[in-house]
Amino acid sequence: MPMTLTEKILAAHAGKEQVVPGELINARVDLVLGNDITAPVAIREFEKIGVKDVFDRDRVALVPDHFTPNKDIKSAEQSRLLREFAEKHDLPHYFEVGRMGIEHCLLPEQGLVGPGDLVIGADSHTCTYGALGAFSTGVGSTDLAAAMALGETWLKVPESLKFEFGGELGPWVGGKDLILHTIGDIGVDGALYRAMEFTGSAIEGLSMDGRLTMCNMAIEAGGKNGIIAPDGITREFVEGRCRRPYQFYESDVDAKYQKTYSYDASQIEPQVAFPHLPENSRPLSDVGNVEIDQVVIGSCTNGRMDDLRAAAKVLKGKKVHKNVRLIIFPGTQEISLQAMQEGLLQIFIEAGGAVSTPTCGPCLGGHMGILAGGERCVATTNRNFVGRMGHPESEVYLSNPAVAAASAILGRIAGPGEVD
Amino acid sequence: MKLAGRTWKFGADIDTDAIIPARYLNTSDPQELAGHCMEDADPSFPARVKPGDIIVAGKNFGCGSSREHAPIAIKAAGVSCVIAGTFARIFYRNAFNIGLPIFESYEAAAEISEGDEVEVEAATGRIINRTTGKTYTATPVPPFMQQIIAAGGLIRYVAEKVRKDV
Repeated sequence: MPMTLTEKILAAHAGKEQVVPGELINARVDLVLGNDITAPVAIREFEKIGVKDVFDRDRVALVPDHFTPNKDIKSAEQSRLLREFAEKHDLPHYFEVGRMGIEHCLLPEQGLVGPGDLVIGADSHTCTYGALGAFSTGVGSTDLAAAMALGETWLKVPESLKFEFGGELGPWVGGKDLILHTIGDIGVDGALYRAMEFTGSAIEGLSMDGRLTMCNMAIEAGGKNGIIAPDGITREFVEGRCRRPYQFYESDVDAKYQKTYSYDASQIEPQVAFPHLPENSRPLSDVGNVEIDQVVIGSCTNGRMDDLRAAAKVLKGKKVHKNVRLIIFPGTQEISLQAMQEGLLQIFIEAGGAVSTPTCGPCLGGHMGILAGGERCVATTNRNFVGRMGHPESEVYLSNPAVAAASAILGRIAGPGEVD
Repeated sequence: MKLAGRTWKFGADIDTDAIIPARYLNTSDPQELAGHCMEDADPSFPARVKPGDIIVAGKNFGCGSSREHAPIAIKAAGVSCVIAGTFARIFYRNAFNIGLPIFESYEAAAEISEGDEVEVEAATGRIINRTTGKTYTATPVPPFMQQIIAAGGLIRYVAEKVRKDV
Protein backbone atom coordinates (compact mmCIF):
# COMPACT_ATOMS: atom_id res chain seq x y z
CA MET A 1 0.00 0.00 0.00
CA PRO A 2 1.32 3.46 -0.87
CA MET A 3 2.38 5.63 2.06
CA THR A 4 3.30 9.25 2.72
CA LEU A 5 6.69 10.30 4.00
CA THR A 6 5.23 10.75 7.49
CA GLU A 7 3.62 7.29 7.44
CA LYS A 8 6.87 5.64 6.28
CA ILE A 9 8.89 7.16 9.13
CA LEU A 10 6.24 6.17 11.68
CA ALA A 11 6.05 2.62 10.30
CA ALA A 12 9.83 2.23 10.43
CA HIS A 13 9.91 3.34 14.07
CA ALA A 14 7.01 1.10 15.04
CA GLY A 15 8.71 -1.91 13.44
CA LYS A 16 5.89 -2.30 10.94
CA GLU A 17 5.69 -2.81 7.19
CA GLN A 18 2.99 -0.19 7.00
CA VAL A 19 0.74 2.04 9.05
CA VAL A 20 -2.56 3.72 8.23
CA PRO A 21 -4.02 7.02 9.48
CA GLY A 22 -5.87 6.62 12.74
CA GLU A 23 -3.76 3.65 13.85
CA LEU A 24 -2.20 3.86 17.32
CA ILE A 25 1.45 2.87 17.41
CA ASN A 26 4.22 2.56 19.94
CA ALA A 27 7.17 4.17 18.22
CA ARG A 28 10.87 4.16 19.02
CA VAL A 29 12.25 7.70 19.44
CA ASP A 30 15.63 8.81 18.07
CA LEU A 31 15.88 11.87 20.28
CA VAL A 32 13.86 13.53 23.04
CA LEU A 33 14.12 17.17 24.04
CA GLY A 34 13.25 19.36 27.00
CA ASN A 35 13.85 22.97 28.00
CA ASP A 36 14.00 25.03 31.20
CA ILE A 37 10.20 25.37 31.36
CA THR A 38 9.12 21.84 30.42
CA ALA A 39 11.99 19.65 31.64
CA PRO A 40 11.64 20.45 35.38
CA VAL A 41 8.11 18.98 35.31
CA ALA A 42 9.34 16.03 33.21
CA ILE A 43 12.22 15.32 35.61
CA ARG A 44 9.81 15.26 38.56
CA GLU A 45 7.55 12.79 36.72
CA PHE A 46 10.52 10.72 35.46
CA GLU A 47 11.61 10.15 39.02
CA LYS A 48 8.21 8.63 39.87
CA ILE A 49 8.53 5.93 37.20
CA GLY A 50 11.07 3.83 39.04
CA VAL A 51 13.82 3.48 36.42
CA LYS A 52 17.38 4.32 37.36
CA ASP A 53 18.57 5.79 34.08
CA VAL A 54 17.33 7.41 30.92
CA PHE A 55 16.89 4.98 28.00
CA ASP A 56 19.98 6.30 26.18
CA ARG A 57 22.11 9.17 27.45
CA ASP A 58 23.08 10.17 23.88
CA ARG A 59 19.46 10.65 22.91
CA VAL A 60 18.23 13.06 25.56
CA ALA A 61 18.81 16.76 24.81
CA LEU A 62 18.27 19.42 27.47
CA VAL A 63 18.42 23.05 26.39
CA PRO A 64 17.81 25.79 28.95
CA ASP A 65 16.79 28.58 26.55
CA HIS A 66 13.48 30.13 27.57
CA PHE A 67 14.32 32.25 30.62
CA THR A 68 18.09 32.03 30.20
CA PRO A 69 20.43 33.64 30.94
CA ASN A 70 18.35 33.20 34.11
CA LYS A 71 16.04 36.18 34.46
CA ASP A 72 15.24 35.76 38.15
CA ILE A 73 15.73 33.48 41.13
CA LYS A 74 12.85 31.15 40.25
CA SER A 75 14.19 30.65 36.71
CA ALA A 76 17.64 30.00 38.11
CA GLU A 77 16.17 27.24 40.28
CA GLN A 78 14.44 25.69 37.24
CA SER A 79 17.67 25.77 35.22
CA ARG A 80 19.52 24.18 38.10
CA LEU A 81 17.14 21.21 38.02
CA LEU A 82 18.18 20.56 34.40
CA ARG A 83 21.86 20.99 35.14
CA GLU A 84 21.73 18.60 38.09
CA PHE A 85 19.73 16.02 36.13
CA ALA A 86 22.21 16.25 33.23
CA GLU A 87 25.10 15.76 35.64
CA LYS A 88 23.47 12.86 37.47
CA HIS A 89 22.72 11.01 34.23
CA ASP A 90 25.90 12.13 32.50
CA LEU A 91 24.02 13.60 29.53
CA PRO A 92 26.35 14.85 26.78
CA HIS A 93 23.66 16.98 25.12
CA TYR A 94 23.00 19.47 27.88
CA PHE A 95 23.75 22.95 26.57
CA GLU A 96 24.89 25.60 29.02
CA VAL A 97 24.61 29.38 28.53
CA GLY A 98 27.50 30.45 26.34
CA ARG A 99 27.51 27.11 24.50
CA MET A 100 23.81 26.94 23.72
CA GLY A 101 21.22 28.27 21.35
CA ILE A 102 17.48 28.37 20.88
CA GLU A 103 16.68 24.65 20.88
CA HIS A 104 15.18 24.41 17.38
CA CYS A 105 18.06 26.35 15.84
CA LEU A 106 20.60 24.43 17.89
CA LEU A 107 19.70 20.75 17.40
CA PRO A 108 19.75 20.74 13.56
CA GLU A 109 22.94 22.86 13.60
CA GLN A 110 24.63 20.42 15.97
CA GLY A 111 23.66 17.44 13.82
CA LEU A 112 21.52 15.92 16.59
CA VAL A 113 18.52 15.42 14.30
CA GLY A 114 18.56 14.05 10.78
CA PRO A 115 16.41 12.83 7.91
CA GLY A 116 14.16 9.88 8.76
CA ASP A 117 14.41 10.49 12.52
CA LEU A 118 11.49 10.36 14.91
CA VAL A 119 11.86 13.12 17.49
CA ILE A 120 9.59 14.25 20.29
CA GLY A 121 10.21 17.36 22.32
CA ALA A 122 8.47 19.04 25.20
CA ASP A 123 8.15 22.22 23.19
CA SER A 124 5.45 22.83 20.63
CA HIS A 125 7.89 24.02 17.96
CA THR A 126 9.65 20.65 17.89
CA CYS A 127 7.84 20.25 14.54
CA THR A 128 10.69 22.36 13.06
CA TYR A 129 12.84 19.31 12.22
CA GLY A 130 10.38 18.17 9.56
CA ALA A 131 12.42 20.46 7.31
CA LEU A 132 15.13 17.77 7.37
CA GLY A 133 12.68 15.05 6.36
CA ALA A 134 12.21 13.85 9.94
CA PHE A 135 8.99 13.21 11.86
CA SER A 136 9.06 15.48 14.86
CA THR A 137 6.33 16.72 17.11
CA GLY A 138 5.73 18.59 20.34
CA VAL A 139 4.45 16.86 23.47
CA GLY A 140 4.04 17.78 27.12
CA SER A 141 6.33 17.13 30.05
CA THR A 142 4.75 13.85 31.13
CA ASP A 143 5.10 12.40 27.62
CA LEU A 144 8.75 13.51 27.69
CA ALA A 145 9.23 11.78 31.05
CA ALA A 146 7.76 8.53 29.72
CA ALA A 147 9.91 8.67 26.58
CA MET A 148 13.07 9.41 28.61
CA ALA A 149 12.38 6.19 30.51
CA LEU A 150 11.18 3.93 27.70
CA GLY A 151 12.79 5.27 24.52
CA GLU A 152 9.41 5.05 22.90
CA THR A 153 6.16 6.96 22.75
CA TRP A 154 2.58 6.28 21.64
CA LEU A 155 1.37 8.14 18.60
CA LYS A 156 -1.73 8.17 16.47
CA VAL A 157 -0.80 8.03 12.79
CA PRO A 158 -2.07 11.35 11.40
CA GLU A 159 -3.93 11.97 8.17
CA SER A 160 -1.72 13.94 5.78
CA LEU A 161 -2.47 17.23 4.08
CA LYS A 162 -0.44 18.21 1.03
CA PHE A 163 0.52 21.83 0.38
CA GLU A 164 1.89 22.40 -3.13
CA PHE A 165 3.66 25.65 -3.85
CA GLY A 166 4.14 26.08 -7.60
CA GLY A 167 6.05 28.91 -9.24
CA GLU A 168 8.96 30.80 -7.76
CA LEU A 169 9.24 33.13 -4.79
CA GLY A 170 9.06 36.88 -5.40
CA PRO A 171 11.59 39.37 -3.98
CA TRP A 172 11.75 39.50 -0.15
CA VAL A 173 9.40 36.52 0.10
CA GLY A 174 10.52 33.47 2.06
CA GLY A 175 9.41 30.48 4.09
CA LYS A 176 7.78 32.75 6.69
CA ASP A 177 5.50 34.26 4.09
CA LEU A 178 4.51 30.89 2.64
CA ILE A 179 3.58 29.52 6.05
CA LEU A 180 1.76 32.68 7.20
CA HIS A 181 -0.19 32.67 3.94
CA THR A 182 -1.06 29.00 4.47
CA ILE A 183 -2.20 29.53 8.06
CA GLY A 184 -4.23 32.53 6.89
CA ASP A 185 -5.90 30.24 4.36
CA ILE A 186 -6.65 27.20 6.53
CA GLY A 187 -6.89 28.78 10.01
CA VAL A 188 -5.20 28.06 13.34
CA ASP A 189 -6.87 24.65 13.53
CA GLY A 190 -6.89 23.98 9.79
CA ALA A 191 -4.41 21.12 10.19
CA LEU A 192 -5.49 19.96 13.66
CA TYR A 193 -4.04 16.49 14.45
CA ARG A 194 -2.71 16.19 10.87
CA ALA A 195 0.61 16.05 9.04
CA MET A 196 1.40 19.03 6.80
CA GLU A 197 3.59 18.03 3.87
CA PHE A 198 5.06 20.90 1.86
CA THR A 199 6.00 20.29 -1.78
CA GLY A 200 6.35 22.05 -5.13
CA SER A 201 8.91 24.02 -7.07
CA ALA A 202 8.98 26.90 -4.57
CA ILE A 203 9.82 24.49 -1.75
CA GLU A 204 12.50 22.75 -3.84
CA GLY A 205 14.09 26.18 -4.34
CA LEU A 206 13.85 27.10 -0.66
CA SER A 207 17.00 27.10 1.50
CA MET A 208 17.23 24.89 4.59
CA ASP A 209 16.77 27.96 6.78
CA GLY A 210 13.55 28.81 4.94
CA ARG A 211 12.33 25.23 5.24
CA LEU A 212 13.01 25.18 8.98
CA THR A 213 10.93 28.37 9.31
CA MET A 214 8.00 26.77 7.48
CA CYS A 215 7.94 23.52 9.41
CA ASN A 216 8.45 25.44 12.66
CA MET A 217 5.02 27.02 12.30
CA ALA A 218 3.05 23.87 11.40
CA ILE A 219 1.83 23.89 15.01
CA GLU A 220 0.29 27.32 14.44
CA ALA A 221 -2.18 25.61 12.09
CA GLY A 222 -2.74 22.91 14.73
CA GLY A 223 -0.57 20.43 12.79
CA LYS A 224 1.03 17.40 14.40
CA ASN A 225 4.07 17.77 12.20
CA GLY A 226 5.30 19.69 9.18
CA ILE A 227 7.49 17.82 6.73
CA ILE A 228 9.47 18.31 3.53
CA ALA A 229 10.91 15.46 1.47
CA PRO A 230 14.71 15.47 1.74
CA ASP A 231 16.63 16.40 -1.42
CA GLY A 232 19.99 17.82 -2.52
CA ILE A 233 19.62 20.85 -0.23
CA THR A 234 18.97 18.49 2.69
CA ARG A 235 21.95 16.35 1.76
CA GLU A 236 24.21 19.36 1.64
CA PHE A 237 23.02 20.43 5.09
CA VAL A 238 23.33 17.07 6.84
CA GLU A 239 26.51 15.68 5.26
CA GLY A 240 29.37 15.85 7.69
CA ARG A 241 27.02 17.31 10.30
CA CYS A 242 24.66 14.52 11.36
CA ARG A 243 26.08 12.46 14.20
CA ARG A 244 23.91 9.40 13.53
CA PRO A 245 23.12 7.47 10.32
CA TYR A 246 20.13 8.98 8.56
CA GLN A 247 17.67 7.85 5.95
CA PHE A 248 15.88 9.70 3.15
CA TYR A 249 12.21 8.84 2.76
CA GLU A 250 9.80 10.18 0.18
CA SER A 251 6.07 9.90 -0.29
CA ASP A 252 4.83 7.38 -2.82
CA VAL A 253 3.35 9.03 -5.89
CA ASP A 254 -0.03 7.47 -5.15
CA ALA A 255 0.07 8.10 -1.39
CA LYS A 256 -3.24 9.20 0.12
CA TYR A 257 -3.79 12.76 1.31
CA GLN A 258 -6.90 13.90 3.09
CA LYS A 259 -6.71 17.11 1.07
CA THR A 260 -4.34 18.91 -1.28
CA TYR A 261 -3.93 22.67 -1.29
CA SER A 262 -2.26 24.35 -4.28
CA TYR A 263 -0.75 27.81 -4.24
CA ASP A 264 1.11 29.88 -6.81
CA ALA A 265 4.12 31.07 -4.82
CA SER A 266 4.85 33.84 -7.31
CA GLN A 267 1.55 35.47 -6.30
CA ILE A 268 2.36 35.47 -2.56
CA GLU A 269 3.54 38.82 -1.16
CA PRO A 270 5.38 39.26 2.12
CA GLN A 271 2.77 38.57 4.81
CA VAL A 272 1.93 40.26 8.09
CA ALA A 273 -0.19 38.46 10.71
CA PHE A 274 -2.27 40.91 12.72
CA PRO A 275 -3.16 40.45 16.41
CA HIS A 276 -4.14 38.16 17.99
CA LEU A 277 -3.85 34.98 15.90
CA PRO A 278 -1.33 33.82 13.28
CA GLU A 279 -4.29 33.17 10.93
CA ASN A 280 -4.89 36.95 10.67
CA SER A 281 -2.28 37.22 7.94
CA ARG A 282 -2.61 39.61 5.06
CA PRO A 283 -0.40 40.72 2.17
CA LEU A 284 1.91 43.62 3.00
CA SER A 285 0.08 45.83 0.47
CA ASP A 286 -3.10 45.53 2.61
CA VAL A 287 -1.50 46.51 5.91
CA GLY A 288 -2.12 50.27 5.92
CA ASN A 289 -0.46 52.63 8.38
CA VAL A 290 0.47 50.78 11.58
CA GLU A 291 2.92 52.68 13.80
CA ILE A 292 5.13 50.56 16.01
CA ASP A 293 7.23 50.74 19.19
CA GLN A 294 9.45 47.67 18.96
CA VAL A 295 10.87 45.21 16.45
CA VAL A 296 12.16 41.75 17.39
CA ILE A 297 14.22 39.77 14.87
CA GLY A 298 15.20 36.23 15.82
CA SER A 299 13.62 33.19 17.58
CA CYS A 300 13.34 29.52 16.61
CA THR A 301 11.29 30.69 13.64
CA ASN A 302 13.61 33.32 12.11
CA GLY A 303 16.90 33.38 14.02
CA ARG A 304 19.15 31.72 11.43
CA MET A 305 21.80 33.05 9.05
CA ASP A 306 19.45 33.63 6.08
CA ASP A 307 17.21 35.65 8.39
CA LEU A 308 20.01 37.80 9.77
CA ARG A 309 21.43 38.35 6.28
CA ALA A 310 18.03 39.52 4.99
CA ALA A 311 17.64 41.92 7.92
CA ALA A 312 21.19 43.24 7.51
CA LYS A 313 20.68 43.82 3.79
CA VAL A 314 17.79 46.16 4.62
CA LEU A 315 19.46 47.81 7.63
CA LYS A 316 22.89 48.40 6.12
CA GLY A 317 23.77 52.10 6.37
CA LYS A 318 20.33 52.95 7.79
CA LYS A 319 19.16 54.06 11.24
CA VAL A 320 16.41 52.63 13.38
CA HIS A 321 13.48 55.07 13.71
CA LYS A 322 13.70 57.25 16.83
CA ASN A 323 10.47 55.82 18.28
CA VAL A 324 11.48 52.18 17.79
CA ARG A 325 13.55 49.70 19.82
CA LEU A 326 15.12 47.08 17.57
CA ILE A 327 16.24 43.87 19.32
CA ILE A 328 18.03 41.08 17.45
CA PHE A 329 18.42 37.53 18.74
CA PRO A 330 20.71 35.23 16.77
CA GLY A 331 19.53 31.63 17.19
CA THR A 332 22.76 30.06 18.47
CA GLN A 333 26.28 30.94 19.54
CA GLU A 334 27.55 29.62 16.20
CA ILE A 335 25.11 31.87 14.32
CA SER A 336 26.23 34.85 16.45
CA LEU A 337 29.82 34.12 15.56
CA GLN A 338 29.09 33.72 11.87
CA ALA A 339 27.05 36.94 11.87
CA MET A 340 29.96 38.68 13.53
CA GLN A 341 32.43 37.37 10.93
CA GLU A 342 30.16 38.50 8.10
CA GLY A 343 29.86 41.98 9.62
CA LEU A 344 26.14 41.66 10.24
CA LEU A 345 26.32 42.45 13.95
CA GLN A 346 28.18 45.65 13.13
CA ILE A 347 25.41 46.65 10.71
CA PHE A 348 22.78 46.02 13.39
CA ILE A 349 24.63 47.93 16.08
CA GLU A 350 25.52 50.86 13.80
CA ALA A 351 21.84 51.07 12.81
CA GLY A 352 20.94 51.47 16.50
CA GLY A 353 19.77 47.93 17.22
CA ALA A 354 20.44 45.86 20.35
CA VAL A 355 22.01 42.45 19.79
CA SER A 356 21.34 39.74 22.38
CA THR A 357 22.71 36.37 23.33
CA PRO A 358 20.45 33.52 22.09
CA THR A 359 17.25 33.16 24.16
CA CYS A 360 13.54 32.58 23.63
CA GLY A 361 13.02 35.50 26.07
CA PRO A 362 10.96 38.11 24.25
CA CYS A 363 9.02 35.73 21.97
CA LEU A 364 6.99 34.36 24.87
CA GLY A 365 6.99 37.49 26.98
CA GLY A 366 9.60 36.01 29.29
CA HIS A 367 12.25 38.71 29.42
CA MET A 368 14.57 40.82 27.23
CA GLY A 369 11.95 42.95 25.45
CA ILE A 370 8.57 42.91 27.22
CA LEU A 371 5.84 45.21 25.86
CA ALA A 372 3.92 47.80 27.90
CA GLY A 373 0.15 48.23 27.60
CA GLY A 374 -0.83 49.62 24.18
CA GLU A 375 2.59 49.03 22.62
CA ARG A 376 2.93 47.47 19.20
CA CYS A 377 5.71 45.15 18.06
CA VAL A 378 6.66 43.68 14.70
CA ALA A 379 8.25 40.30 15.40
CA THR A 380 9.72 37.52 13.28
CA THR A 381 8.49 35.10 15.94
CA ASN A 382 5.59 32.63 15.67
CA ARG A 383 2.72 33.71 17.91
CA ASN A 384 0.77 36.94 18.36
CA PHE A 385 -1.68 35.77 21.02
CA VAL A 386 -3.11 38.20 23.60
CA GLY A 387 -0.31 39.07 26.05
CA ARG A 388 2.22 36.91 24.21
CA MET A 389 5.04 39.45 24.48
CA GLY A 390 3.94 41.25 27.61
CA HIS A 391 0.94 43.36 28.62
CA PRO A 392 -2.43 41.84 27.64
CA GLU A 393 -3.19 45.10 25.81
CA SER A 394 0.00 45.05 23.73
CA GLU A 395 -0.02 43.92 20.10
CA VAL A 396 2.28 41.65 18.09
CA TYR A 397 2.45 41.61 14.28
CA LEU A 398 4.28 38.66 12.73
CA SER A 399 6.43 39.11 9.63
CA ASN A 400 9.59 37.97 7.87
CA PRO A 401 12.98 39.50 8.86
CA ALA A 402 13.22 41.90 5.88
CA VAL A 403 9.81 43.41 6.63
CA ALA A 404 10.71 43.63 10.32
CA ALA A 405 13.96 45.45 9.46
CA ALA A 406 12.21 47.89 7.12
CA SER A 407 9.57 48.53 9.78
CA ALA A 408 12.29 49.30 12.34
CA ILE A 409 13.70 51.96 10.02
CA LEU A 410 10.38 53.58 9.13
CA GLY A 411 8.63 53.31 12.50
CA ARG A 412 5.60 51.67 10.91
CA ILE A 413 4.94 48.32 9.27
CA ALA A 414 6.69 48.61 5.91
CA GLY A 415 8.32 46.57 3.16
CA PRO A 416 12.01 46.67 2.22
CA GLY A 417 11.01 48.37 -1.05
CA GLU A 418 9.93 51.46 0.92
CA VAL A 419 13.35 51.99 2.49
CA ASP A 420 15.74 54.46 0.72
CA MET B 1 -17.31 9.71 38.71
CA LYS B 2 -19.67 12.68 38.49
CA LEU B 3 -18.29 16.11 37.71
CA ALA B 4 -20.57 19.00 38.54
CA GLY B 5 -20.41 22.74 38.87
CA ARG B 6 -21.10 26.18 37.54
CA THR B 7 -19.79 26.97 34.06
CA TRP B 8 -17.36 29.60 32.83
CA LYS B 9 -17.78 30.29 29.12
CA PHE B 10 -14.90 31.18 26.79
CA GLY B 11 -14.65 31.59 23.02
CA ALA B 12 -12.81 29.72 20.26
CA ASP B 13 -9.02 29.21 19.98
CA ILE B 14 -8.28 29.82 23.68
CA ASP B 15 -4.48 29.52 23.63
CA THR B 16 -2.12 28.33 26.33
CA ASP B 17 -0.90 31.90 26.93
CA ALA B 18 -4.48 32.78 27.89
CA ILE B 19 -4.73 29.70 30.14
CA ILE B 20 -1.42 30.41 31.88
CA PRO B 21 0.71 33.31 30.62
CA ALA B 22 4.37 32.43 30.02
CA ARG B 23 5.47 35.15 32.44
CA TYR B 24 4.42 32.82 35.28
CA LEU B 25 6.23 29.75 33.97
CA ASN B 26 9.31 30.31 36.08
CA THR B 27 7.57 27.95 38.50
CA SER B 28 5.76 24.66 38.10
CA ASP B 29 4.04 24.80 41.50
CA PRO B 30 0.38 23.91 40.78
CA GLN B 31 -1.11 26.28 43.38
CA GLU B 32 0.99 29.21 42.21
CA LEU B 33 -0.01 28.52 38.60
CA ALA B 34 -3.67 28.25 39.63
CA GLY B 35 -3.44 31.79 41.00
CA HIS B 36 -2.98 33.07 37.44
CA CYS B 37 -5.20 30.60 35.57
CA MET B 38 -7.14 32.16 32.64
CA GLU B 39 -5.96 35.56 33.87
CA ASP B 40 -5.44 37.16 30.45
CA ALA B 41 -8.84 35.92 29.21
CA ASP B 42 -10.77 36.89 32.38
CA PRO B 43 -8.80 38.65 35.15
CA SER B 44 -11.51 37.79 37.71
CA PHE B 45 -11.25 34.01 37.10
CA PRO B 46 -8.53 33.03 39.60
CA ALA B 47 -10.26 34.78 42.49
CA ARG B 48 -13.81 33.69 41.67
CA VAL B 49 -13.43 30.12 40.43
CA LYS B 50 -14.92 27.54 42.83
CA PRO B 51 -14.11 23.84 43.25
CA GLY B 52 -16.10 21.80 40.76
CA ASP B 53 -16.60 24.65 38.27
CA ILE B 54 -16.51 23.71 34.59
CA ILE B 55 -14.82 25.55 31.73
CA VAL B 56 -16.80 25.56 28.48
CA ALA B 57 -15.12 26.83 25.31
CA GLY B 58 -15.33 26.73 21.52
CA LYS B 59 -13.07 24.95 19.04
CA ASN B 60 -9.30 24.39 19.38
CA PHE B 61 -9.06 24.89 23.16
CA GLY B 62 -5.45 24.92 24.39
CA CYS B 63 -3.78 25.78 21.10
CA GLY B 64 -0.20 27.05 21.12
CA SER B 65 2.48 25.94 23.50
CA SER B 66 3.19 22.42 24.81
CA ARG B 67 3.25 23.68 28.41
CA GLU B 68 1.72 21.08 30.69
CA HIS B 69 1.39 23.96 33.13
CA ALA B 70 -1.87 24.81 31.30
CA PRO B 71 -3.91 21.75 32.31
CA ILE B 72 -2.04 21.71 35.66
CA ALA B 73 -3.20 25.29 36.37
CA ILE B 74 -6.81 24.48 35.43
CA LYS B 75 -6.85 21.36 37.59
CA ALA B 76 -5.21 23.10 40.55
CA ALA B 77 -7.73 25.94 40.29
CA GLY B 78 -10.35 23.35 41.22
CA VAL B 79 -11.98 23.10 37.80
CA SER B 80 -13.58 19.65 37.55
CA CYS B 81 -13.47 19.35 33.75
CA VAL B 82 -13.31 21.22 30.45
CA ILE B 83 -15.93 20.91 27.72
CA ALA B 84 -14.92 22.27 24.29
CA GLY B 85 -15.81 21.96 20.63
CA THR B 86 -12.36 20.53 19.95
CA PHE B 87 -9.02 20.50 21.75
CA ALA B 88 -5.58 21.29 20.33
CA ARG B 89 -3.58 18.07 20.17
CA ILE B 90 -0.80 18.68 22.68
CA PHE B 91 -3.27 20.03 25.26
CA TYR B 92 -5.43 16.94 24.64
CA ARG B 93 -2.53 14.57 25.43
CA ASN B 94 -1.40 16.64 28.39
CA ALA B 95 -4.87 16.74 29.96
CA PHE B 96 -5.12 12.93 29.93
CA ASN B 97 -1.55 12.54 31.11
CA ILE B 98 -2.08 14.68 34.21
CA GLY B 99 -5.65 13.57 34.91
CA LEU B 100 -7.74 16.59 33.93
CA PRO B 101 -11.04 15.26 32.49
CA ILE B 102 -11.91 16.85 29.12
CA PHE B 103 -14.92 16.35 26.86
CA GLU B 104 -15.47 17.21 23.20
CA SER B 105 -18.94 18.29 22.12
CA TYR B 106 -19.66 21.03 19.61
CA GLU B 107 -23.33 21.17 20.63
CA ALA B 108 -22.69 21.40 24.36
CA ALA B 109 -19.96 23.98 23.81
CA ALA B 110 -22.27 26.10 21.67
CA GLU B 111 -25.44 25.84 23.75
CA ILE B 112 -24.27 25.98 27.37
CA SER B 113 -24.32 29.53 28.76
CA GLU B 114 -22.04 31.11 31.34
CA GLY B 115 -23.30 30.34 34.81
CA ASP B 116 -25.33 27.23 33.89
CA GLU B 117 -25.15 24.35 36.37
CA VAL B 118 -23.71 21.39 34.45
CA GLU B 119 -23.01 17.77 35.36
CA VAL B 120 -20.87 15.30 33.42
CA GLU B 121 -20.78 11.51 33.82
CA ALA B 122 -17.13 10.81 33.12
CA ALA B 123 -17.58 7.14 32.18
CA THR B 124 -20.27 7.71 29.57
CA GLY B 125 -19.41 11.25 28.45
CA ARG B 126 -23.01 12.29 29.14
CA ILE B 127 -23.26 16.06 29.69
CA ILE B 128 -26.36 17.30 31.52
CA ASN B 129 -27.22 20.98 31.67
CA ARG B 130 -29.18 21.20 34.97
CA THR B 131 -30.20 24.78 34.18
CA THR B 132 -31.83 24.07 30.81
CA GLY B 133 -32.49 20.35 31.16
CA LYS B 134 -30.71 19.56 27.89
CA THR B 135 -28.31 16.62 27.59
CA TYR B 136 -25.42 15.97 25.22
CA THR B 137 -23.02 13.12 24.52
CA ALA B 138 -19.30 13.87 24.24
CA THR B 139 -17.12 12.23 21.58
CA PRO B 140 -16.07 8.84 23.05
CA VAL B 141 -12.57 8.67 24.54
CA PRO B 142 -10.30 6.34 22.49
CA PRO B 143 -9.77 2.95 24.24
CA PHE B 144 -6.03 3.53 24.70
CA MET B 145 -6.71 6.82 26.50
CA GLN B 146 -9.21 4.96 28.70
CA GLN B 147 -6.40 2.58 29.70
CA ILE B 148 -4.26 5.55 30.71
CA ILE B 149 -7.12 6.99 32.75
CA ALA B 150 -7.81 3.60 34.35
CA ALA B 151 -4.14 3.27 35.31
CA GLY B 152 -4.28 6.69 36.99
CA GLY B 153 -2.38 8.71 34.41
CA LEU B 154 0.52 8.07 32.03
CA ILE B 155 3.24 7.90 34.66
CA ARG B 156 1.49 5.14 36.61
CA TYR B 157 0.78 3.37 33.32
CA VAL B 158 4.47 3.53 32.36
CA ALA B 159 5.64 2.59 35.87
CA GLU B 160 3.42 -0.51 35.70
CA LYS B 161 4.83 -1.37 32.27
CA VAL B 162 8.41 -0.96 33.53
CA ARG B 163 7.70 -3.23 36.54
CA LYS B 164 6.26 -5.93 34.27
CA ASP B 165 9.26 -5.78 31.91
CA VAL B 166 11.77 -6.28 34.70
